Amino acid sequence: MERTGIDLWVGIFVVAGVAALVMLAMKVGNLGTYNVSDAYKIHAYFTNVGGLKATASIKSAGVLVGRVDSITLDTQRYEAKVVMSIDKRYQFSKDTIGKILTSGLLGEQYIGLDVGGDTEMLKNGEQLKKTQSAMVLEDLIGKFMYSKAEEPAK
Amino acid sequence: MNFPKGKLITIMGLSGCGKTTLMRLIGGALKPVKGYIKVDGQITNDLSQDDLYAMRRKMGMLFQFGALFTDMSVYDNVAFQMREHTDLPEELIHDLVLMKLNAVGLRGTHNLMPSELSGGMARRVALARTVALDPMLIMYDEPFAGLDPISLTVVGDLVRRLNDALGATSIIVTHDVQESLKIVDYVYFMANGVIVAEGTPDEIRASEKDFVHQFVHGEMDGPVPFHYPGGGYRQDLNLQAV
Amino acid sequence: MPAAKAIRGIGHSTINAVWRIGVATRFFFLTLMYSGSSFRRFHLIIKELFSTGVMSLIIIIVAGMFVGMVLGLQGYETLKRYGSESALGVMVALGLVRELGPVVAALLFASRAGSAMTAEIGLMKATEQISAMEMMAVHPIARIVAPRFWAGIISMPLLAAMFSAVGVFGGYFVGVVQIGVDEGSFWSQMQAAVDFQHDILNGVIKSFVFGTAVTVIALFEGYDAPPTAEGVSGATTRTVVTSSLAILMLDFILTAMMFGGS
Repeated sequence: MERTGIDLWVGIFVVAGVAALVMLAMKVGNLGTYNVSDAYKIHAYFTNVGGLKATASIKSAGVLVGRVDSITLDTQRYEAKVVMSIDKRYQFSKDTIGKILTSGLLGEQYIGLDVGGDTEMLKNGEQLKKTQSAMVLEDLIGKFMYSKAEEPAK
Repeated sequence: MNFPKGKLITIMGLSGCGKTTLMRLIGGALKPVKGYIKVDGQITNDLSQDDLYAMRRKMGMLFQFGALFTDMSVYDNVAFQMREHTDLPEELIHDLVLMKLNAVGLRGTHNLMPSELSGGMARRVALARTVALDPMLIMYDEPFAGLDPISLTVVGDLVRRLNDALGATSIIVTHDVQESLKIVDYVYFMANGVIVAEGTPDEIRASEKDFVHQFVHGEMDGPVPFHYPGGGYRQDLNLQAV
Repeated sequence: MPAAKAIRGIGHSTINAVWRIGVATRFFFLTLMYSGSSFRRFHLIIKELFSTGVMSLIIIIVAGMFVGMVLGLQGYETLKRYGSESALGVMVALGLVRELGPVVAALLFASRAGSAMTAEIGLMKATEQISAMEMMAVHPIARIVAPRFWAGIISMPLLAAMFSAVGVFGGYFVGVVQIGVDEGSFWSQMQAAVDFQHDILNGVIKSFVFGTAVTVIALFEGYDAPPTAEGVSGATTRTVVTSSLAILMLDFILTAMMFGGS
């Protein structure tokens, strides 16, 4: 075959391959939805993070605003310290509440941010004061059993 | 054994007597167990890889069935060495390739693929490729094998003319007695890895040695027996004397 | 002594196997060593990219489409039982990007391009083209092997990516267009669950490793083939068998390293 024909086909092949990679990254993966470079970090302490993982999403009013950077156990307080990267475009007030929520009954866990009324905004490196831990199924059942047991028998 | 410059020498012998091995030794593809090989004043045995490759640029070798690169056109085959070893501009390569192809009478085939050539034509293209860089030593491994009588004469004639035109040394390994005796200057006969006879074509034709006589005249029985050495015939067939 | 004979047989084949691995490793490093010249003359690699990459395109795209569609059907059947059909996109995408894309594309690549490479080089050897090249002072590893090696390494990740991308659309077609899973949740759950670094990049690394393994095996078998018709056909078979096993074994090792334990 002519050299130019081969060049053309190989060009098409490489472009298609790279396009497939980009498509996987943007459309299938999370690269298109979140950009790490323009972010500021805040952290929060939770008594229990449940099934939350690093890279889990952070949402406010259902909109993705950031990702969980790391989860470590703080041995001073024996609580989980969660570091979050939040998109610079979104500012949150100082009294924002962080909650660990679940998408659907069996879905992934994520952090939901409920904005408060404070006029001062959170800055890089600051801490979310109010948090609500993950709901653990065993605890829920336990509570339910107690409350049942306390009810007077009929 | 000696191959003087400018001569056309043939090595003859039975199949499996070590002719091809000899060529590989000269080309440096194999190393001799004892003795040495000297090409253009250099002993090939202990050349480094780079020196060996430098030496091979001065050699050409025509393989038994041409060994044209099947994934390239005739033109690219002949141009191959020029492109690999020189920085000649493409226009010059074009002219050189057509000159080489013209020398073997196949200028019109330069667009064809090797699979579209007949055996004789492929051999001639391979010849053009072999002499592409004007080597000083050309080796031919069975250049006449499997050719029809016309192609045979053509190839034989080309070998002779190219050798004289280039002033090169040519070594032909063959068992085609009649064709090679017509064109060569000197003949070596080999059997079981050693030289058993040598001489000019006339001397060879007139030779009274049993082996040479049998070989040149193609007789069935002689010093080279018809039967491969084995046990007794009767024994092999499990016959017993009654 | 049949027992002694059997043990001797085992010993013999072990020595042979180790010896071959050694020769193949040496071959691999020789290829790397002689790669410089093929980068200086990139059109050689482009020519090989055509015969390995472009010629494998059709089979990769068709196979990817069908694998994605099967994943969509099977995934739907399974997820329906737990009422989480909306996670279909996650399942199709993760299955393809992490496992099936690299592995199936590599298996197809081995049987399409790998066997062709072995047969081509084996035939070149059988018709003395390789010896001829050597006699022309051109190193066959530099001229024949290295460009094919790099073409294989470049095209494998691209082919695997195309396989996965087409497969995701196959899953989308069956899941969303035909069965009627919600389109929004199909894509959004997929995007939420598939991580670029953890899933996609690891898949690319896998296909890169498989591509290296397949091309080295194919080139080595071709270069090492006995120069006869049986020799070449045997080598071609060995290429497909060995590289398929190598792909699956490497896949386990890589998966354990990437996803195991976390």
